[in-house]
Amino acid sequence: MKNRQNVTIKGTKGGLVLHLDDRCSYQELKRELDDKLTANLRTQEERHLITVKVEVGNRYLTGEQREELKELIRKKKNLVVDDIESNVITKEEANRLKEENEVMTVSRIVRSGQVLRVPGDLLLIGDVNPGGTVIAGGNIFIMGILKGIAHAGSFGNDHAVIAASSMKPSQLRIASHINRAPDSNPLTENREMECAYINDNHQIIIDRLQALIQLRPNLTRLVEGGH
Amino acid sequence: MGEAIVITSGKGGVGKTTTSANIGTALALQGKKVCLVDTDIGLRNLDVVMGLENRIIYDLVDVIEKRCKTHQALVKDKRFDGLLYLLPAAQTVDKTAVKPEQMKELVEELKQDYDYIIIDCPAGIEQGYKNAVAGADKAIVVTTPEVSAVRDADRIIGLLEKEKDLESPKLIVNRIRYNMMKSGDMLDIDEITQHLSIELIGIVADDEEVIKASNHGEPIALNPNSKASIAYRNIARRILGESIPLQPLEEANKGVFSKLKKFFGVR
Ligand SMILES: Nc1ncnc2c1ncn2[C@@H]1O[C@H](COP(=O)(O)OP(=O)(O)OP(=O)(O)O)[C@@H](O)[C@H]1O
Ligand SMILES: [Mg+2]
Repeated sequence: MKNRQNVTIKGTKGGLVLHLDDRCSYQELKRELDDKLTANLRTQEERHLITVKVEVGNRYLTGEQREELKELIRKKKNLVVDDIESNVITKEEANRLKEENEVMTVSRIVRSGQVLRVPGDLLLIGDVNPGGTVIAGGNIFIMGILKGIAHAGSFGNDHAVIAASSMKPSQLRIASHINRAPDSNPLTENREMECAYINDNHQIIIDRLQALIQLRPNLTRLVEGGH
Repeated sequence: MGEAIVITSGKGGVGKTTTSANIGTALALQGKKVCLVDTDIGLRNLDVVMGLENRIIYDLVDVIEKRCKTHQALVKDKRFDGLLYLLPAAQTVDKTAVKPEQMKELVEELKQDYDYIIIDCPAGIEQGYKNAVAGADKAIVVTTPEVSAVRDADRIIGLLEKEKDLESPKLIVNRIRYNMMKSGDMLDIDEITQHLSIELIGIVADDEEVIKASNHGEPIALNPNSKASIAYRNIARRILGESIPLQPLEEANKGVFSKLKKFFGVR
């Protein structure tokens, strides 16, 4: 039917890398993959699990197709799929990624009963009043007073942080972690900017803003240094 | 063409009706033609505070449902020589009897004949609130120096800010007790204003004369000698565009703002 190899298998230290050609039809690819894996398995009678990384080049796979390929590979006894890598994503996904990496600047007071939600980082010029909520897929930076609820990393990003000129939150949330304000009110007025992050013990910690410089170097987005 | 101002608060019992009656009275004393509109359907009492209860023949719902002409339902306040009128709320039906579009139409009609339409809003954020806000050009939010009242004011301000036809709302802090404020047992005016971030248009002391006056159907603003009366008259003049600083007696008691943090946002 054809001479070209649509499926190539490479062994590496970390396991197998399956390269799947991106020009043939999906059906063809599936058939060949099945054949190849079956043939290959007979030659190596190893018992331990082998991780498989799948590269599909410039082929777009739907969620369904991804599952199908994973299933097909998994069925070959000792193979486990680590990842399927494709060079292409849909416009929708691209937009979402872009949004999640954008800083949204909002200038207003988030009042009692209001919810402000952004996909990426939030830069709020204003306060969050008690009963108000801000939610961000990324980090939250509040130039005013945080008196309500802030939820950073709402899609599950543990590394997200919350910073505010004045931290008096009723509740802090990062990813799935929640930190309620203490019931007692220390009268000492903290005049420093503060930040909140998740530490290695999975607890939300409140610290001086400057702590982030060490803890979250990735916050720096500037690609080239100015010197 | 007049201007419609809604007096609202979120929380009940903080002084919306008292404020409506006294601002209306003070504006009429300044020679403006004023129509008070009570939108608290089912729980009307602006008529009682104004001492006009006995003269009611028709009400707001009668006008909306076209059982009478608008001018037939307006109760004239004899103390003001044709400057002050009241459109009373209905007592017998519930709030759903009126729709926002109908209110808007009515307020538009009143604006042809009056300089100021003062709309007394019911407590809450439901139908009654929506009706009251529907025809308004401006809003005044009344709060007391209590955490719960300020919280509700914040909620209401958030809703008012979404109304495209409304100017940014103004704030009145009512029932201030200077001693408590000084001792840090009551929220401070600066603190409230900063927290709500809207412009303060007046402050009114907690004054038993206000209650006495209301009970006699004579709004306190008619009495030139009381502190609360001066406060309401000043608010009226600020509405008219005069820039009047907070009264010295008011001012002296402002700015006690340290210790009070504990009342707000925890921690
Ligand atoms: N400055 C004041 N000093 C003393 N008492 C006051 C003052 N303002 C209002 N009051 C009293 O507080 C009570 C409630 O006031 P009012 O009826 O105006 O509130 P409201 O916000 O209209 O209430 P509702 O939400 O029920 O409509 C009344 O008894 C009134 O006399
Ligand atoms: Mg009332």
